[in-house]
Amino acid sequence: MNSQVKDVGKLQISTPSDRELAMTRVFDAPRSMVFDAWTKPELLKRWLGVFGSWTFAVCEVDLRVGGKYRFVWRGKDGNEMGMGGVYREIVRPERTVSTEKFDDPWYEGDAIDTTTFAERGGKTTMTTTVLYESKEIRDAVLKSPMESGVAKSYDKLAEVLAAIPARSGK
Amino acid sequence: MAPRHLDATFAALADPTRRAILARLATGEASVTELAAPFKISQPAISKHLKVLERAGLISRGRDAQRRPRRLEAKPLAEATEWLERYREYWEGNYQRLDALLEELKTKKTKRTSTRR
Repeated sequence: MNSQVKDVGKLQISTPSDRELAMTRVFDAPRSMVFDAWTKPELLKRWLGVFGSWTFAVCEVDLRVGGKYRFVWRGKDGNEMGMGGVYREIVRPERTVSTEKFDDPWYEGDAIDTTTFAERGGKTTMTTTVLYESKEIRDAVLKSPMESGVAKSYDKLAEVLAAIPARSGK
Repeated sequence: MAPRHLDATFAALADPTRRAILARLATGEASVTELAAPFKISQPAISKHLKVLERAGLISRGRDAQRRPRRLEAKPLAEATEWLERYREYWEGNYQRLDALLEELKTKKTKRTSTRR
């Protein structure tokens, strides 16, 4: 069995370089379809960040080099989260490169997102690589649960939390 | 993504000694001396760790002015854990919705092709 087929549905997170973080996922569809789902607002609205009460308040994509994209999600309590950027490269259906900036940034500086679409046997491997301005920033993002080193501290944290109800039922 | 106030929490949790201190405090409040006992490091070093934990809101000081026992504050920990868990879940959820959408698009495409025939 080829490894791509085996990996359908499994999210892989890796660090290709000091300043990068990559997410890889295989989809059971041709890449032109996955590319469209990644770049067309009417399709993005169906899957990206829409869960629970969160829906898109703004979903705009000007898919050309120098064109901007702008996403704003709104939750039931009126909370909003926005982000956007500028496209630097578009090679349909192979690759997009864009800048990424959050309205309420949780890391410093701009990041560059490169997303590639590789098709094999009707299945598409989509890889999104985020390049941060420095190793320090990338490492700060890595303090999130995204890699195993942190999974360890998370395990520890789970232990700590498991012990809490015993004494803080007040 | 990660709310800004969690930065201090994550930074505080990044250190194994501080996580061990939290694990100890999860079993009940303790004085600085008691907290320092299991570690091979000096009491001032422990105090430094406690300051970091305190600034992150992960621990607080008890009322006993003599012992000044530290105790665990459950809320920021719970928030941090929740965020940690949600991050991966967030992307896994996105991609699962995308799977469903792609299935739908494929079905539509097949239908279109077969009607054309």
